[in-house]
Amino acid sequence: MTYAFFLGCTIPARSRSYEMSSRKVAEKLDFELRDMKEFICCGYPMKASDQVSSELMGAYNLSLAEKAGLDVCTLCSSCASYLTEVAYHLAEEGPKRDEVNKRLSRLGLEYKGDTKVRHFVRVLYEEVEPKEIKKYFKRDLGDLKIAVHYGCHYLKPSEIYDNFDLADHPKSIEKLVSMTGARVVSYAGEQNCCGGPLLPVDEKTALSLAREKLDAVSDVGADALCVVCPFCSVMYDSNQKTMLSGFGTKFDLPVLYLTQLLGLAMGFGKKELGLNMNVVKPTQLLKKYFI
Amino acid sequence: MIENIPNIRAGLQFGHEVAKQLGDVRLSACLMCRTCTAVCPITRLNDSFNPFRFVRLALFGYIEEVLESGLIWLCSNCYACQEKCPHGVRVTDLMTALKNLGIKTGHVPREVRLQMNIIKDHGRIYPIDEFDNKKREKLSLPSLPTSCEAVSTLFHENRE
Repeated sequence: MTYAFFLGCTIPARSRSYEMSSRKVAEKLDFELRDMKEFICCGYPMKASDQVSSELMGAYNLSLAEKAGLDVCTLCSSCASYLTEVAYHLAEEGPKRDEVNKRLSRLGLEYKGDTKVRHFVRVLYEEVEPKEIKKYFKRDLGDLKIAVHYGCHYLKPSEIYDNFDLADHPKSIEKLVSMTGARVVSYAGEQNCCGGPLLPVDEKTALSLAREKLDAVSDVGADALCVVCPFCSVMYDSNQKTMLSGFGTKFDLPVLYLTQLLGLAMGFGKKELGLNMNVVKPTQLLKKYFI
Repeated sequence: MIENIPNIRAGLQFGHEVAKQLGDVRLSACLMCRTCTAVCPITRLNDSFNPFRFVRLALFGYIEEVLESGLIWLCSNCYACQEKCPHGVRVTDLMTALKNLGIKTGHVPREVRLQMNIIKDHGRIYPIDEFDNKKREKLSLPSLPTSCEAVSTLFHENRE
């Protein structure tokens, strides 16, 4: 199985541990994530300011994948959601696609409406059999209690995703976490947004939103919070420091990407999964497995 | 009595005018149930932000007032409101349309405009430099281009 690997902006510059652990997991499962140097920003960060240009950026990326004969696989939920949305709007022939193609033709490109977009977690959920993936597991993570944060764009807006999981009562990430043996614990406000997009506009509200979740997850005694989007990770992991200085609240709650958890179960080492790069060090958690 | 109530501007013709500015976000389907506000994670923390109010104000054409308030930028685009609206009002899409209008009329936080210009110039929010590529190399990650010509070809003519 081969996908055009869409890294986006944040991951290669700021969330390299997510990239590293995803590459390891994909390699183990024999998925090819093909690097595409021409990919640019998905367009999502510009949707609020200029929808026409942002859609054009999305279409540019989709047309590159189409030309390579590949579907797109993303790690970031915003990239997944936005590229899926653009593909959804440009699936049918019409004036909108003509307009986009007029611009793309300047680069000798055309979008014909055939590219599928998949979040890496969706690929794992849909295309890897639970029995299959277990064959690759070397460590049983049965001692861990994990809280799952789905975030907003992994499943929303639901109209653009073809119901591979329910936006209201999602199960896909929990199922993948459970395969490692870890126990998934529920907590209050599981569906709440991380607040990431507000950070540049109103830091206090953004951090308050993130703090609510960290409070709820700490209350149920989870060993870690599991995320699938770099923005959520920035809010919950990197910003625990800011919360300590801003609110005087200390959480010390490790925040792991799903791929880091799966990688641990597969037997990879701390550095291979970038676990040494997490802001809140998962020292206690790793000690349980003598890592 | 009724002629003394000011500013009631709703009506078919007027609805078309608003739709022209905001796109088809189905404002007139609003049942005034306030589910959008009840599920909004931002309203809970900051009650000056209220999606229901934006729907009603936009429906009656108070768009300039909404943009001037600057409150639209508190929307995190989480889709909770749009997903839960029982009558199909595209509340999140309304917020996006309002933000797009905000840029055009100059009602926009500096950071948002800066971010837009960085992307239009470099093709990324965080442009990659040689230093980034060195870090990536150390982690056995492939290097990435440090410049992007495609964006200038795609965007010239519609640069701000």
